[in-house]
Amino acid sequence: MLDLVWLIPALPLLGFLVILLFGRRLGDPKAGYLATAMVGGAFAVTVAVFFDMLSKTAEERAHVATLFQWVPVGSLQVDLAFLADPLSITMCLFVTGIGALIHLYAVGYMHGDPRFSKFFLYLNLFVFSMLMLVLGENLLVTFLGWEGVGTCSYFLISFWHERESAATAGKKAFVTNRVGDWGVMIAMFLAFQAVGTLSYGGINAAAESGALSQSTATAIAMMLFVGACGKSAQLPLYIWLPDAMEGPTPVSALIHAATMVTAGVFLMTRVNPVLAVAAEWAPTLIAIVGVSTALFAATIAVAQTDIKKVLAYSTVSQLGFMFLAVGSGAYVAAIFHMITHAFFKALLFLGSGSVIHGMHHEQDMRRMGALRKLMPVTAITFIIGWLAIAGVPPFAGFWSKDEILLYAFDKSPILYVVGLVAALLTAYYMTRQVIMVFYGKARWHDAHDEHGAHGDFEPHESPKIMLLPLVVLAGLSIVGGAMQLPFSDKLHFLGHWLEPVVEFGEADIYGGWAYQNKYLLLGVAAVIALLGIAASVAVYGKQKAKPVEPAILENGWYYDRGISNFMGGPGRRGFAAVAWFDARIVDGAVNGVGRLVRGSAGVARKAQSGYVRQYASAIGVGVVLLLVWFVVIRGIL
Amino acid sequence: MTAVLAALPVPTTTWYLVLAAMLFTIGAVGVMVRRNPLVMFMCIELMLNAVNLSFVSLARQLGDIGGQTTVLFVMVVAAAEVVVGLGIVVAVMRRRPNATADDLVELKG
Amino acid sequence: MDLVVFCCAAAMVLVGAVGVIVRNHPVHAALSLVLTLFGVAVLFIMQEAEFLAAVQVIVYSGAIVVLFLFVIMLLGVDKAENLQIEPIPVQRPLAIVVGGGLLAMLVTAVVQARDSVPTGVGAGIDLATQTGDSDSNIKQIATDLFGDRVFAFELLSVLLIVAVLGTVVLSRKPDKAGGPQ
Repeated sequence: MLDLVWLIPALPLLGFLVILLFGRRLGDPKAGYLATAMVGGAFAVTVAVFFDMLSKTAEERAHVATLFQWVPVGSLQVDLAFLADPLSITMCLFVTGIGALIHLYAVGYMHGDPRFSKFFLYLNLFVFSMLMLVLGENLLVTFLGWEGVGTCSYFLISFWHERESAATAGKKAFVTNRVGDWGVMIAMFLAFQAVGTLSYGGINAAAESGALSQSTATAIAMMLFVGACGKSAQLPLYIWLPDAMEGPTPVSALIHAATMVTAGVFLMTRVNPVLAVAAEWAPTLIAIVGVSTALFAATIAVAQTDIKKVLAYSTVSQLGFMFLAVGSGAYVAAIFHMITHAFFKALLFLGSGSVIHGMHHEQDMRRMGALRKLMPVTAITFIIGWLAIAGVPPFAGFWSKDEILLYAFDKSPILYVVGLVAALLTAYYMTRQVIMVFYGKARWHDAHDEHGAHGDFEPHESPKIMLLPLVVLAGLSIVGGAMQLPFSDKLHFLGHWLEPVVEFGEADIYGGWAYQNKYLLLGVAAVIALLGIAASVAVYGKQKAKPVEPAILENGWYYDRGISNFMGGPGRRGFAAVAWFDARIVDGAVNGVGRLVRGSAGVARKAQSGYVRQYASAIGVGVVLLLVWFVVIRGIL
Repeated sequence: MTAVLAALPVPTTTWYLVLAAMLFTIGAVGVMVRRNPLVMFMCIELMLNAVNLSFVSLARQLGDIGGQTTVLFVMVVAAAEVVVGLGIVVAVMRRRPNATADDLVELKG
Repeated sequence: MDLVVFCCAAAMVLVGAVGVIVRNHPVHAALSLVLTLFGVAVLFIMQEAEFLAAVQVIVYSGAIVVLFLFVIMLLGVDKAENLQIEPIPVQRPLAIVVGGGLLAMLVTAVVQARDSVPTGVGAGIDLATQTGDSDSNIKQIATDLFGDRVFAFELLSVLLIVAVLGTVVLSRKPDKAGGPQ
């Protein structure tokens, strides 16, 4: 059964190829169902592999399935191989599972779009790339998937490319990712130079056995982190994620909530032995970047008015939490939060998509309100997602966030406090969003008069095909926490499952103050969540206080504007200087050679004067010279 | 009288060769200096004659008849060359009467 | 006796040669050429190349120079050339330099080599100083020509035919407006 692991990426690839050739003929909705079936099939295979793995002992769970030799060049031997171990199969499970649900949702959401089949073409290609990324046995296969998801992200963000903003957003995402990809490439070069192989087995073994020097390990880990910052939207490379909301909502749900953006966290977890032998400051730096991003993004989300932008900044913030976990050595917690976040963030995005769909593509929250009566299923599932992300027990988000904060406290109480503030803000802005959309007064009448729209407009509930995934995800958000409950070691299912992969790098907190008092910290986390909700209800629900939404937060601390001003101003001048150098000096040298040749040829041309007598004198001079040479200098005769 | 005559130096091969050299030089200078195509041709004939003279002198010195047959060949080739050359001159001069070598400069670079 | 003859012949040759290059009128130049050719013929006889002397007179001065004169007359290019002017400025000094250099080098070569050229090593020439039964000059040439060099001789005849044909083609008058056939 484990040998069938190659089927998992093969099915979406097959879907991609079939839709590529026959997509237009299949049309709406058959192409969509085909794509969903392919991803669903991949999920089924993953489940089968998962159960097969469960039946084996912990040591036997890592299985390498080599397809063929990909790059046999001298000392660089890279195979196209898949590594099926607990970590990769866990990732595959939720990628394919949530992917299948989102495909189903998209069949309903994209109904009527002229480029329906193309959408599913890209979605299947994306799932294929993500699975390659996750199942890769070596850095090169992962990089293949890494670039693939970046490309598909570009395609899908700018899917409605007639809109200038969508096309620009796609480019921005791709270019920003590229900056991060540079880091991954440097890391690959370093790894090859230090260890001689790109395979995770080799690299991690070298790290664990001490063959990897501390400086090399630090360099590799930091370069991979640069890549992760790009892909997982951390400071300073998060700027593409809010703009990526230009894409259709299923795209936002799949790529920018559940799967692609988690690739960075996955990569860091994959190489956790390398991070463990790196210098002391490396994981600390990762944790600091993570928690600052979490706080930074949370502050911005407080002032956003677009329903999807709030969720985008929320994603950036939650990813920051995951990196906080990675930096604190809590790999299991990071993966745990990744899974629960996938559940509730996908749910929230799909829910917002349902709202947008029902509001006829209105995305501004100030024009919504009192929708819970008109869209009951959407409202209930959205509320469940809200409770999960806010960190209210017993929903899934509470357990995973608490685990992260536990490890953060063990690393440094400051990190814990900052994380706590970010969690408070998370509860606050999510409550704000729920109130603005589903409660309060119905504000869509006034807005609609502005548009001068046709007739009387009434928001409606979405079709069942879109509601089914919402319900499933809501259920998962409720019970998802059961994977890793903190009450006793026996309940640490996820921890035991992932142990062979992360045991070298996992921090040991069992002796620390945090662990001893984990129930206290658990209580504190719950209280903070409820506090955030209460504050938000007071401001937005009961209107007891004025909302605090300063312009600086709404504009994202002017970070984006700062970058474009820099690039447009000094940046552009710098590039112009480089271009001038290239045009004048480099091109000038090349053209100069040409001009030199032409010039000298022009001078040499004058020897061909056309006068026969001059030719004769030239011959005469030549003869005399020859004679001089032979008679006088060489003394012949 | 015969005693005086007998005491005079006999021209050796070297004298002939020097004479041939002078004839050759005069011919070369003539080609460079004259502009009339026919006169230039005649100067070339001078050079050929100088060559013939040196061939014959050396044939005598070396005792090889091959030198003289070579002269025969040279004369035949010179004749053929003159024939063709004059044909060209005729063809050119028909179009441009009174052209000199300096006027025929179309083949310049 | 030889010396006197040599000096006269040499004088004829040189005067004629100089005459070719300094006479303005092409016909005068042609006549100077004839003088040179006769001088060379005399030198041939002194060298015991009687056949060649005869051929020289008949072919060179009797046919080639006559051909020159015919063309001069036919084309009317008998206008005298003005030797005072020289369109290409550097030509005269260059000619002097080249001439001087050439002469100097050749003479040096000849004079230096005079002791190292062997005498009498070739085959077949019967000199007048030899006694005994000897073939005449023409017989010797014929033996050599039709013996060792018969192939070259045949090629030579082909050359002559080709040259004649070529000239006929080259110098035909164009038919009305068209080019030569």
